[in-house]
Amino acid sequence: MTKVSRRALLTGLAAAPLLSACGGVSTTGTSGSGGVTLMSNQFSPVEEKQRFEQILKKAPVPVAFNQVETGIFASTLQTQVEAGKVQISVAGALHGDLAPHKDRLTDLDDLLGTLGDRGFPAELTDLAKLGGGTTKYIPWMQASYVLAVNKKALEWLPSGADVQKLTYDQLLAWATAGKAGNGGKPILGIPAGVKGLYHRFFQGFLLPSFTGGQITTFRSAEAVTAWEYMKELWAQTARASTNYDNLQEPLQRGEVMVGFDHVARLVGATGDFIMVPAPTGPKGLGYMLVLAGLGIPKGAPDPDKAKQVITALTTPDVQLEVLKQNAFFPVTNAKVPADLPGAVGQASSAIGKQRQAPKGILSLPPVGLGARDGEVGQIFKNCFKEICLDGKPVEQVLDAQAGELNKILAELKIPCWQPDPAGAECKAL
Amino acid sequence: MRKLWLILPSIVFMTALFAWPLVSGVLQAFSGSGTFRRMVDDPYFWEAARNTALLIVALIPLQFALAVTMALLMREKPRFAGLHFYLWVVPLAISDLAAGLVWLSIFTDRGYLNSILEKAGVESYAWLSVENPSTMFLAVLIAELWRATALVFVIVVAGLQNVPREYDEAAAVFGATYWQRLRHVILPQLKPSLQVALILRTILALEAFAVAQALTGRSFPLLVGETYQWYYTLQNPNVATAIALVVLTLSIVASIGYLRLMRP
Repeated sequence: MTKVSRRALLTGLAAAPLLSACGGVSTTGTSGSGGVTLMSNQFSPVEEKQRFEQILKKAPVPVAFNQVETGIFASTLQTQVEAGKVQISVAGALHGDLAPHKDRLTDLDDLLGTLGDRGFPAELTDLAKLGGGTTKYIPWMQASYVLAVNKKALEWLPSGADVQKLTYDQLLAWATAGKAGNGGKPILGIPAGVKGLYHRFFQGFLLPSFTGGQITTFRSAEAVTAWEYMKELWAQTARASTNYDNLQEPLQRGEVMVGFDHVARLVGATGDFIMVPAPTGPKGLGYMLVLAGLGIPKGAPDPDKAKQVITALTTPDVQLEVLKQNAFFPVTNAKVPADLPGAVGQASSAIGKQRQAPKGILSLPPVGLGARDGEVGQIFKNCFKEICLDGKPVEQVLDAQAGELNKILAELKIPCWQPDPAGAECKAL
Repeated sequence: MRKLWLILPSIVFMTALFAWPLVSGVLQAFSGSGTFRRMVDDPYFWEAARNTALLIVALIPLQFALAVTMALLMREKPRFAGLHFYLWVVPLAISDLAAGLVWLSIFTDRGYLNSILEKAGVESYAWLSVENPSTMFLAVLIAELWRATALVFVIVVAGLQNVPREYDEAAAVFGATYWQRLRHVILPQLKPSLQVALILRTILALEAFAVAQALTGRSFPLLVGETYQWYYTLQNPNVATAIALVVLTLSIVASIGYLRLMRP
């Protein structure tokens, strides 16, 4: 019996370090004395994180930057506020990540009032109300998707077309003429690789431009037209697109000359490029706005210092520094200097033109999907695969995928986001 | 009582790391509503199933033919036999993702193969493009063949060492040709090793994933690659475990099938 107990003791001893190792990492971060913690799901690549930490050193109070994954961002915010033990003073994330936490964020109307000189565009401060009457976050930085064009490709631009004001028909004519003029090699590329963001092109650009909606109009007659168009465009698009995770590399290598992608995945291309706004369709110029904001959780340990940090992050200097270092664009009237690398300045102006277009249709990346965002994105990718790659009939594919989409949305029970009307429950009609 | 204590560590180990994950995996697959419906409705699932089956059917006979040939060559004790042996088992030591990346550098649009072709005056070819599913399949097949034949080879070499030379020599004395000896003397005695290798390879081929992932991404989907997609990218563990269950079922069916077929 003594032997047995010694064995059990040994087992216990051996297991102890294993069990303690399961404790996991701290997600609260340490801010030290007198500092505040900024938790964000942005800047996950380690270089971006380090560059942003350098920028944060300019803040008037010490800031600990706590970079976490989106799932952890949501659960930390929720549990800390619900437990009444908040350690985070500032929460920075995309609009769609902050929206589910509307009731966990303090009202920031007073802070926004003191930032009148920043010149936030009204569209952004409206979004920052998260559908209510008060400001829930302060706009932090923005991004979007634009077309990058190698100037060599301009020779095939259809006559009468203005590259800054393209329509989808002109884009197709251009791609067709370009392919013919380039010895049969397509000039247009889209980021349709495994990690590519091509679903955002369908969600925020193609479908809103043709149908005026993203989810509700998913299988409308206009959506069928849009996908028929996409099929024709794909016929003129570089086949290697299905291997492109970003467009800056194939553009740089000269494999394609015109490419659509997220600005952060375009500005790395150096050479004779111009950045132009997305094309206009029958319903208008659909564009997706990627907006990040800074909020203060209810019960934050140091709201006054948090406000100082937010104020510092919206100064023109810091806004431009974030643009230079991490390719996120200012949300304020900060003047983008002419000495920036060409692509960055042009992308900034293309983003501005998209937002100010008279027939602009603002789309948001899906709001409130949480962990299901990938699955909803996949629905749009599946449409592309089945319609464009496998050549299946458009209506049949849209009906089948709308069924899958509605199954996911029925489990989530969330209102629609722009451009769809914020009705009761979001679903494809 | 004493015996129980001796096997207790392995029981704890198997329960914690094998039985428990298995049970929770099965529960996970059945916890969501309509999980299996979503799995079979997904446009990638049947393509992945077809690709996995194709890969197994094409890969395993080739691998066994190669491995047995290589082992028989080793049996003839050539010069530098030790060196050959080490060279042939090198792929065993390389991680499959790394192997996939090496083959990617060969087959990619501007990879070594196309560079060589261009130097030789032949136009380069998009081996891994969705437009060319056959070369995409071929690339995955070659990479898997290179990577996983070594395992079969090692098992067959070990098996051959247990085959007494006397039978072979006796058959030779009675005038049997090399093919007759191979067919009627060596291969029958190799059967147990071949059976082990066949079961192992079929299960591993069902699990093939990293090489294809590195070479083709999701353009050439495989079943285990789909579980990864669903779990990691789409964050839907229910469908991911449902596909994993399909792989498990196929593995069990294949193993039982082999054991029955090759019963002595």
